[in-house]
Amino acid sequence: MAKKLMKGSEAIGEAAVQAGCKLFFGYPITPQNEIPEYMSHRLPQVGGTFVQAESEVAASNMIYGAAGSGERVFTSSSSPGISLMQEAISYIAGAELPVVLVNIMRAGPGLGGILPSQADYFQATKGGGHGDYRLLVLAPWSVQEAADLVQDAFDLADYYRNPVMVLGDGLIGQMMEPCEFKEGRVPCKPLPPKTWAATGCKGDRPTNIINSLYLDAKELEDHNQKLVAKYEAMKKDEVRFAEFNTGEKADLLIVAYGTVARVCVTAIEDLKAEGIAVSMVRPITLFPYPYEKVKEEAQKAKAVLVVELSTGQMIEDVRLAVEGRRPVHFYGRQGGMLISPEEIVAKAKSILAEAPAPPLKRETKREARNG
Amino acid sequence: MAETVFCRPEALAKVHTHYCPGCTHGVIHRIVAEVVDELGVRERTIGIAPVGCSVLAYDYFTTDFQEASHGRAPAVATGIKRARPDLVVFSYQGDGDLASIGMGEIIHCANRGEKITVIFVNNAIYGMTGGQMAPTTLQGQVATTCPMGRDVALAGYPIRISELLSTLRTPAFIARASVHTPLMAVNAKAMIRRAFEYQIANACFSLVEVLSTCPTNWGIPPVEAAAWLEANMIPYYPLGIFKVPEKEDRAAKPMGA
Repeated sequence: MAKKLMKGSEAIGEAAVQAGCKLFFGYPITPQNEIPEYMSHRLPQVGGTFVQAESEVAASNMIYGAAGSGERVFTSSSSPGISLMQEAISYIAGAELPVVLVNIMRAGPGLGGILPSQADYFQATKGGGHGDYRLLVLAPWSVQEAADLVQDAFDLADYYRNPVMVLGDGLIGQMMEPCEFKEGRVPCKPLPPKTWAATGCKGDRPTNIINSLYLDAKELEDHNQKLVAKYEAMKKDEVRFAEFNTGEKADLLIVAYGTVARVCVTAIEDLKAEGIAVSMVRPITLFPYPYEKVKEEAQKAKAVLVVELSTGQMIEDVRLAVEGRRPVHFYGRQGGMLISPEEIVAKAKSILAEAPAPPLKRETKREARNG
Repeated sequence: MAETVFCRPEALAKVHTHYCPGCTHGVIHRIVAEVVDELGVRERTIGIAPVGCSVLAYDYFTTDFQEASHGRAPAVATGIKRARPDLVVFSYQGDGDLASIGMGEIIHCANRGEKITVIFVNNAIYGMTGGQMAPTTLQGQVATTCPMGRDVALAGYPIRISELLSTLRTPAFIARASVHTPLMAVNAKAMIRRAFEYQIANACFSLVEVLSTCPTNWGIPPVEAAAWLEANMIPYYPLGIFKVPEKEDRAAKPMGA
């Protein structure tokens, strides 16, 4: 298929169709309405089914049901709607069902606004619902990458039997860019047969029960440990990131994800023209997080700058990665305000103006006193 | 040669249930299992278990099952049925589950005309959580969260689900039955069978409300509980068929018609 100018939301919808998903259950919410609208006319063309649910609560439970029957299914929403889906997401994770969720983030808290934001990072990566679970979270920075990651999301969900969230900001949903769907795409993971699905108990097969209820404490602990093993496998095998301008040394490392990273690239080029070397790590998987890569690049720089459309959420993972070895600074805008390259350039310069020399081993107060 | 005239339905698991003495969940389970067997659909039936006393329903049937969160069974059933229209999907829900927390899901599921069957067990109280007031608790009925009896000035009147759902324009089969006597149970089975038949014929949404006893939380012995149901519940929750898909509703014609 040739490249086509597509709106992000439509590319996301088409990507799901290309991945063989024939079921969409959703509820309208700005700024992602183009996804359900696209699915409502596209799915009937491929023999699929679109249902406009009465609420996000119902939509998310519909995908829970559909996934239980072993079919590929997805839904999309935006921040307040994703909050309403947390109940079902917890059940989906607990029952180990493969579903794909798209969150086109808007600014909060509460009703907030309808403009782009990255303020749902905690909710997406740390478990927005109850209980110990994780979503595999993918963060695209372009329309093409959104289309690619949505297709991968279905394979990852099936492989791990785990909900996968594609986390985009309002810009990803609304902007138009060239997008291509390549013929003969190969799944990014092996796809095991869904022998666990509730499809009718034929012949001697024992009943398949889709469930997250374990009243026996030991059984539930074992189930929790089984989930942990799955999350550990994701940490080992699924970490994805992109790097920019990384090399031997840098004055500053920027860590940013999604469309914010594109603004950072412009800022990095502007700083380069002024003789300031800035590198960037762009996490593509937010869970599992590229801790090792961030740590490695941070150690080559004097300081780290995290840029987000929030009051500072991913920065906590960056601090975990850096382990106090370098100062970690933050620049963010909220409420739907966007970040300009000039703001990042100014912030980078102010950090470097005050940045101390790379830390040497210094006497602690206790050593000084004892000495 | 001996002839078997009564045996456990194949769709009913060979296990003891956890239900209290005098509770009618067991009777209703058996009726559903008998109907599934008689219609020959056990191997393509998916049950949806609710949150409430029948949360473990998946242990008592020999069909595939999916557990729903509290009140969401009609949404879960919608997802399954839309994904696999060839399957027979039924939800089994209590009155707290369906008529309180799940009111939105049941109304919209019925209104979309999802081709599923809902077994709605109404015992006028929250069972599993210990006897709290349900949306179906009768006026003046004592519950642990209305110790002076349901005050309709504060809690409103008990909700009649079958009547409520019958107001929807979308074709449906809606009926109310009881199982507190053998004769009533025979009648309830006929209703439940008809509900499944409508689904299998891909005709309409179907719901059978079954009045049920809860001696434990009503605080009376089983035999008295059956009598209490007859004396108090049936006058407020009359038995019968409330809606059939064949009947024309008095409603505005669709746009363009």
